[in-house]
Amino acid sequence: MSADNFNLEESIRSFDGDAIVTEGKQFTEITVHPEKLMALAMFLRDNSEMGFDFPACVSGVDYGNDLGVVYHLRSTKHNRTIVVKTRVSDRQNPVVESVTPIWPGAEYHEREIFDLFGIRFTNHPDLRRLFLDNSDGYPLRKDYSDDVNIVTK
Amino acid sequence: MGIKGMRNEDFKDNESLDLLRESGANILLTSIDDVINWGRKNSLWPLTFATSCCGIEMMATGAPRHDFARFGMEVYRASPRQADVIVVAGTIVNKMAPVLRRLYDQMSEPKYVVAMGACAISGGPFFLNSYSVVKGVEHVIPVDVYVPGCPPRPEALLYGMLQLQRKIETETIRSRKKRSASHSEKKSQ
Repeated sequence: MSADNFNLEESIRSFDGDAIVTEGKQFTEITVHPEKLMALAMFLRDNSEMGFDFPACVSGVDYGNDLGVVYHLRSTKHNRTIVVKTRVSDRQNPVVESVTPIWPGAEYHEREIFDLFGIRFTNHPDLRRLFLDNSDGYPLRKDYSDDVNIVTK
Repeated sequence: MGIKGMRNEDFKDNESLDLLRESGANILLTSIDDVINWGRKNSLWPLTFATSCCGIEMMATGAPRHDFARFGMEVYRASPRQADVIVVAGTIVNKMAPVLRRLYDQMSEPKYVVAMGACAISGGPFFLNSYSVVKGVEHVIPVDVYVPGCPPRPEALLYGMLQLQRKIETETIRSRKKRSASHSEKKSQ
């Protein structure tokens, strides 16, 4: 987050003008449209200045109206972490392209997100539920309800 | 440190225990019970079963500083067939519940259950708004002693185990049979 991060932001902006680059509390955050996610991911991995070779964490988020996916990417070469965020607004059929072909380590993370949020990842090699049964729905969504198991105040 | 609620002298108070005795006044039966209960309570072997942070406290209870081997609980058994007591140390989720039930069923009589910590008692911090946590292990297996805490300190678990020993002292072999019968009924329901 010092002078060398400034370069990072600049080069991301110059790669994708629509991407919103902000300085978060901890990491630099890039918000990107899901359609441009793949190109950005390829750029982040393959550009020698970037070198983000490790998907440290891939998480799903329910923002209320939108569903989102957040990627924490780590560069072992430059010892940096960056956050990539993307959102989809279609709750019925949320689709985001899988980054597993780019970072194989994301495979189980994406399966877990599919399991708990119902976000479908296209081009994922093995998109099955990780823990739950098909009858369970997507329990980490805000609008999930289960009268049998969930006690609410 | 130290546990409130029960003083050391109270542990030696056997008159109040007599009131709780299930065998009543049958002299022959009480004598047999005394011997059997003495044996049972002083060699309570727990099952190695821990699902979260309470397990760490349970290990600490077994470790030299607190050392519940002093009370005959020294041997953690890795097999339910050889265990007398299962300390449910941690959160039980819906997916874990059938496994826990099976472990309990595989234990041989006499068997006891200690619900350790808030999660095992009621779901604890996961009671509200959780889709996956069993709200109290009592829904799955019958509990003898509840040890509150999040997680309980080793002293608290030790106290609970001593209470279990006192509970065993009041048993009679006849009620034990009744008890196991009622358990299998509960299971079949």
